[in-house]
Amino acid sequence: MARMEYNTIREVAGPLIIVEGVSDVAYGELVKVVDSKGGKRTGQVLESREGLAVVQVFEGTQGIDVDKTKIKFTGDTFKLSLSEEMLGRVFNGTGKPIDKGPEIVPEKTADVNGEPINPVSREYPEEFIQTGISSIDVMNTLVRGQKLPIFSEAGLPHNQLAAQIARQATVLGQKESFAVVFAAMGVTFEESNFFMKQFEKTGTIEKMVAFINLASDPTIERIITPRLALTTAEYLAFDKGMHVLVILTDMTNYCEALREISASRNEIPGRRGYPGYMYTDLAMNYERAGRIKGRKGSVTQIPILTMPQGDISHPIPDLTGYITEGQIVLGKELHKKGIYPPIDVLPSLSRLMNEGIGEGKTREDHSGVSNQLYAAYAIGRDLRDLVAVVGEEALSENDRKFLHFADRFEETFTTQGVNENRTIQESLDLGWKLLSSLPEEELKKVKVEHIKKYMGKYVGKQADKKD
Amino acid sequence: MVGVTNKKALSGERKGEITGKIIKISGPVVVASGMRGILMYELVRVSEEGLIGEVIQIKGDNAIIQVYEETTGIKPGSVVRSTGASLSVELGPGIIGGIYDGIQRPLLRIKDASGDFIARGINVRPLDDKKKWHFLPSINKGDKVEGGAIIGSIRETSVVEHRILVPPSVSGVVSSIVKEGDYTIDDVVAVVKNGETGVESEIRLSQKWSVRTSRPIREKRDPSIPLITGMRVIDTFFPIPKGGTAAIPGGFGTGKTVTQQSLAKWSDADIIVYIGCGERGNEMTDVLKTFPSLKDPRSGKPLMERTVIIANTSNMPVAAREASIYTGVTIAEYFRDMGYAVALMADSTSRWAEALREISGRLEELPGEEGYPAYLASRLSQFYERAGRVESLNGKEGSISIIGAVSPPGGDFSEPVTQNTLRVTKVFWALDKNLASRRHFPGINWLESYSLYLDQLEDWFSKNIAEDWNKLREQAMILLQKEENLQEIVQLVGPDALPESERLILEVSKMIREDFLQQNAFHEVDAFCSPEKQYKMLKIILTFYELAGRLLGNVPLEKIAAMKIKTDIARMKEHKNETFDKKYTEIITKMQSEFKSMEE
Repeated sequence: MARMEYNTIREVAGPLIIVEGVSDVAYGELVKVVDSKGGKRTGQVLESREGLAVVQVFEGTQGIDVDKTKIKFTGDTFKLSLSEEMLGRVFNGTGKPIDKGPEIVPEKTADVNGEPINPVSREYPEEFIQTGISSIDVMNTLVRGQKLPIFSEAGLPHNQLAAQIARQATVLGQKESFAVVFAAMGVTFEESNFFMKQFEKTGTIEKMVAFINLASDPTIERIITPRLALTTAEYLAFDKGMHVLVILTDMTNYCEALREISASRNEIPGRRGYPGYMYTDLAMNYERAGRIKGRKGSVTQIPILTMPQGDISHPIPDLTGYITEGQIVLGKELHKKGIYPPIDVLPSLSRLMNEGIGEGKTREDHSGVSNQLYAAYAIGRDLRDLVAVVGEEALSENDRKFLHFADRFEETFTTQGVNENRTIQESLDLGWKLLSSLPEEELKKVKVEHIKKYMGKYVGKQADKKD
Repeated sequence: MVGVTNKKALSGERKGEITGKIIKISGPVVVASGMRGILMYELVRVSEEGLIGEVIQIKGDNAIIQVYEETTGIKPGSVVRSTGASLSVELGPGIIGGIYDGIQRPLLRIKDASGDFIARGINVRPLDDKKKWHFLPSINKGDKVEGGAIIGSIRETSVVEHRILVPPSVSGVVSSIVKEGDYTIDDVVAVVKNGETGVESEIRLSQKWSVRTSRPIREKRDPSIPLITGMRVIDTFFPIPKGGTAAIPGGFGTGKTVTQQSLAKWSDADIIVYIGCGERGNEMTDVLKTFPSLKDPRSGKPLMERTVIIANTSNMPVAAREASIYTGVTIAEYFRDMGYAVALMADSTSRWAEALREISGRLEELPGEEGYPAYLASRLSQFYERAGRVESLNGKEGSISIIGAVSPPGGDFSEPVTQNTLRVTKVFWALDKNLASRRHFPGINWLESYSLYLDQLEDWFSKNIAEDWNKLREQAMILLQKEENLQEIVQLVGPDALPESERLILEVSKMIREDFLQQNAFHEVDAFCSPEKQYKMLKIILTFYELAGRLLGNVPLEKIAAMKIKTDIARMKEHKNETFDKKYTEIITKMQSEFKSMEE
């Protein structure tokens, strides 16, 4: 059926246009917009009534007028052309190639909104991904199919960290096809360039699909960018059997765009002006990670978001934390001390860690070591506050050990080079080395037999006996 | 209080189907015209695809409908058809072990129909209508039965006997009843003739019930038997009775879901209804993966054999999220009416409230606090009021305990959902971010939490566990409260400024915190702690306090703090429930002799 073209725009407000006199317009339908100068844009129907449609225009509404601009309803939802050829290519925020390469010849097309994975079809994520970063591998283990965001702040090296993870991430003992899907929303040219260069340097670029919406690109485009990335990721993972790591940066910009549209529609705002449906909307993106029974690939997500003023209770990190399976929190204090990566392990968490570690996966002592390091570091951090008031002299011998433990933990365990790739064994042994400075009866979270087996002083002794 | 069945309410008075036309679509909310005669909360089919929707507002000819499926692609002008029924659940054998979406569609069979991703417009019946169940009648022809009476039973799983109930609206004389044998859920197993009206009602193995109406009961009773959860901080300090209500508020990462899942795994209810409301897909997978392999510590049978799961993950349609808790609680009521103790976990009620808010926003209603609709409080209390210990219509005693997780934004308990929940629930387990980041799990703050049922449960504990249970609990709580005050002083002047007696309190409170309150939900033994073991563990710690107190002044505290027995105490939680009696005597004896040797 030939679709009608309209030039009956009644209103243009923010990223939205309201078209009158329309009929047969489907909710969520994709719209082609041709402005008075012939420029082509795409949009989506946000509300459909008899004779009226509200359309959000992804490229923004600048230059749209009410008389000459033409609107065509395509009768179809937003679909992305997919093919393995996308690997190594760079697209803009709405999926158009920007690397001067040819258009993608689609092998299939898919609705960018995806469909929810049936929970009974999901395979529980439990394959340990070694990132080579101690404070992630030991303390907040990442597993395949997980969504683990990085909560950062302006001025912290979250990009370096994300790039390092993308470079180093491996699953032990396996050589499988992997890919990185990178989506940038509202980032600066330098930031985006940093990632591209990193990937180029390590050869990852061949295995990467990038969707780039720069800070100067239309805000509204950011709504669709992560959806394109995730649609591509699902295709590569579940149709092509690849293990896909998706990096989404910066989700804060995505949420700002969401707020902008909501405000343009005069919706009743929820907290801090963000729409009440932001949780659902974020979930529609984040939940597109995982594994499916009987299929080879996986989608692992690392969204990055900058917390406004470092406030973890701000709606964006807050709602994200409720959906994702943990979070890696970067701390300004650590960064100021010159510690890289400035991962603050105390508020960080990986919910899927338990299934991914232990005997046969990492090492039998992993869970105990991790819990013990946490607990000891937490005590040490508390003591710092106390020392600030009463001075170190007032502390007991025992407390002083914990205080020093916290310092050494940050200096040797958290700290590592941008290119330093530690194996899980190295990281765990490092943990034992630190723990050996504490009184043994305080080590309640590790099993006694593990102390005998892994702690430096015993390892030596047992070897002696054998001689 | 007595509800009417949907059939009576809806199909009786109206002839023919109402068909209207869509005039507006906005997300999950659709407006249709030409719907005069439609009833509030009636179920409708939207568009040619037949998406399931529910009427939530009527304005003259227009009906405002919330649609339980994704509405993308739906157009104005499409048809809307009435169904004559309200949103109902199908109740009958086959429910146990099932995993359903928010409107009771079976996810397992949806997978067969639509693959790994959930497509929309799928219409699958909740219960398997092919499967034959072995029905054992328990009444005879000529018996008089009332609504709710038990007419026979089916062994649904190795732990659940599914009792077939006469629908609440039916009563009369049994004019026929089938023999013991195998029947499907659609087979008529009995006919009941009402003497007054002469109406004959066919009774099948399955029945329907409207989710927004609570099932009728004879009377409510005061709850006085604890729901044993195997979690020390809950059973000992903040117990919930069978038929009670509890709220677990906590920011993300504080352990709401782990706590909810522990309760679902280990509490001594007969039936568990677990509602995953707007939560993570992988969490539901986790439940599906672990429950069948975990054994109930009492019956030794797989936990899945007493569990029903309702899953509306956060990326599933939001309107179905609103319905999911009603679907869950109606199923719970059905099993309660059979005489079972049901525990219902809703994780998380905040997502349900947000669904309410989202739909309210689309309806352009005037918002209340933080954009939530003004009726949030009344909806919440209606839901929690469906809990309780009751005498059902057939005289059996059953109960529903509701444990609702709340996810306050930013972990701030002053927000409307937490506050309105606390107004109706009587147990409050406050999850504390500070405890969680110290890996103190379960992260239930012992000073902020409360249980208003303590007095009602006191009797049970002193009769069934130990005479001095309540005394021990109070003593331990007083120590913990003192510790809090002492810690403030320590923060200012350091621990050395305190007298030894107070430093001993710090030492013992630390033992209570670390060796008693902390519990590892993933440890093979520690995950479930029997109340007997809880009592003995606490007794050990308090005996230590008592013996140490006697030595103070003669022996420096450093020596007491360095005692060997402390290692035994720290590890006692890992000792098996069954043989803990022996361990208890062993530790106490060892402790006494170590203290004795120090005395000399």
